[in-house]
Amino acid sequence: MSEKEIKNLEAIFEARIARDEKIEPKDWMPEKYRQTHIRQISQHAHSEVVGMLPEGNWITRAPSLRRKAALLAKVQDEAGHGLYLYSACETLGISRDELYEQLHSGKAKYSSIFNYPTVTWADMGAIGWLVDGAAIINQVPLCNTSFGPYARAMVRVCKEESFHQRQGYEIMLTLCKGTPEQKAMAQDALNRWWWPSLMMLGPTDAASVHTEQSMKWKLKRKTNDELRQQFIDQTVPQADLLGLTIPDPDLKFNEKTGHYDFGAIDWDEFWQVVKGHGPCNKERMNARVSAWENGAWVRDAAMAYAEKQENKKVAKAS
Amino acid sequence: MKKNWPLWEVFVRSKNGLEHRHFGSLHAADADMALENARDVYTRRNEGVSIWVVESKYITASNPADNGELFEPAQDKIYRHPTFYDLPDEVKHM
Amino acid sequence: MKNENLYNYILGIADNSLILGQRLGELCGHGPNLETDIAMTNINLDLIGQARSYYQYAGKLTGQDKSEDDIAFLRLEREYRNVLLVEQPNTHFGYVMVRQFLFDMFHFMLMEKLQHSKDETLVAIANKGIKEVSYHKRFSSDWIKRLGDGTAESNAKIQEAINDLWRFTDEFFQLTEADKAMVEVGIGVDVSKLKEDYYKKVSEVLEEATLQTPENKYFTKGGKEGLHTEHMGYILAELQYMQRTFPNMTW
Repeated sequence: MSEKEIKNLEAIFEARIARDEKIEPKDWMPEKYRQTHIRQISQHAHSEVVGMLPEGNWITRAPSLRRKAALLAKVQDEAGHGLYLYSACETLGISRDELYEQLHSGKAKYSSIFNYPTVTWADMGAIGWLVDGAAIINQVPLCNTSFGPYARAMVRVCKEESFHQRQGYEIMLTLCKGTPEQKAMAQDALNRWWWPSLMMLGPTDAASVHTEQSMKWKLKRKTNDELRQQFIDQTVPQADLLGLTIPDPDLKFNEKTGHYDFGAIDWDEFWQVVKGHGPCNKERMNARVSAWENGAWVRDAAMAYAEKQENKKVAKAS
Repeated sequence: MKKNWPLWEVFVRSKNGLEHRHFGSLHAADADMALENARDVYTRRNEGVSIWVVESKYITASNPADNGELFEPAQDKIYRHPTFYDLPDEVKHM
Repeated sequence: MKNENLYNYILGIADNSLILGQRLGELCGHGPNLETDIAMTNINLDLIGQARSYYQYAGKLTGQDKSEDDIAFLRLEREYRNVLLVEQPNTHFGYVMVRQFLFDMFHFMLMEKLQHSKDETLVAIANKGIKEVSYHKRFSSDWIKRLGDGTAESNAKIQEAINDLWRFTDEFFQLTEADKAMVEVGIGVDVSKLKEDYYKKVSEVLEEATLQTPENKYFTKGGKEGLHTEHMGYILAELQYMQRTFPNMTW
């Protein structure tokens, strides 16, 4: 194809997106669109799968059977969401195994928040409330993104995720209505998860490299800073309701803007964690890699068995 | 060369009376496993009463580049639609 | 307690589901791939659901308004009545599947019979449970065949697990005092009568999976009487951690 023809196709393509038309896997798309989508969708999928680990850490220690079942169902949903997203990514011509390879080699990123440790039961509440809360803010607009398989996966994810945040908030609510010890546990969890949750919504607009292109392709409908403001505005009243204090002395409602002003985020910490030096980066990656490696003989056996059965069928038929 | 579990497409009938609808895909080593995995992945919330699975490689798909010749010729066949025909309002039950 | 035998009988069934669920809970997020991880968690959720139904019923029998959690979390090790098999560790996926398979085959037969109990609550639980367990049995049997008749490596691994875990199977068919009392009044299942059929059905699957049925005649027991393997203390340490550290709180 000549350069001119490609330019022409690109123009048609951009016009389709501008008209809110969906792009499907077999449609022509610019290589950069494909690559950006592989990167973002797989990063999203990896986050779901790595995100199972900090919460999975508490399944065997959940304090009641009701909580244990809910937590299991939630962590299982995350596996499901990872699966939907990997599937969406695979329509772009890359296999799940290749995507795992990128994760395990450290080439692909996942949400940095999952590199923080879960040290008390209240962390299950804080993650559901804050981390899932921030995730929902990020995800709801993606239900209308331009790439069809991603949008459809997100519709399913958002529908299923609606119980996750409620589950977390209910844990917090129960703790805050409980003994002083329980309430202190809840406050401690909020203290530790608040700032990482704000960071989770991504670097500031000024430092974000992909924003402009992503907005054009509807991979993003709002900037990171807008999403962060939305998250803070909706979360502060929820904290008030719990009787918990958000660990930010500069947090104050601004009558003029109608939004909360908040203190400076420690972006050095954010970049440190993103670059692999957070409290649990190594543990999370080790857990993923060893699950994959320990499962190799199981996956091979299933494949060998399937081939044998297929050969038997063929032999019978001939 | 190691072989990976192939990809399958999953179709679920949400309730009797409705058609099977494409729900998504998954990996499985064989058809039995694909059905079981589909049950575990796509009907966790009571979404289905029947499942079809088909290995993705067996699906033949039309090429979007052919959309012009495949689908546009149908666009001007407006006489296939009831509104093409002018009838007076007094005619009932039609 | 008026119905002590019934209470103990119920725990004998419920604790199997609880402790096996606890073991499976360790695996969530660590499966050989996402599909299998999700499937095993479904089994786990079924088991926890069953355990809850049993404990809720048992709680009513105590006459002291005990909750499902009081019973599930706040007993001493010697008071847990699960069979030893379900507390065995997740050494590798082969052990996980063999443990599941050996248990599912028994569990299914037990549920079949429990559907004809004279106790209406147990019948209701069994009626619901048998559909779940039937699926578990199918899932684990399929995997035994895949791993047995898969590669040389998987065959060796799964055979090793069968040989190791086989000694825990005979315990299924032992009757405790509570079992005997409940069999007598038509509430409990006489598990000793399931034995022959169990081994026959298990061997059939193993044979299809090109695996050897062990000839071992030496069996280990004690779980049903509250005498557990050394693994149990660690399982309970995790299970009971919150309830023991923060007593009398609502979660």
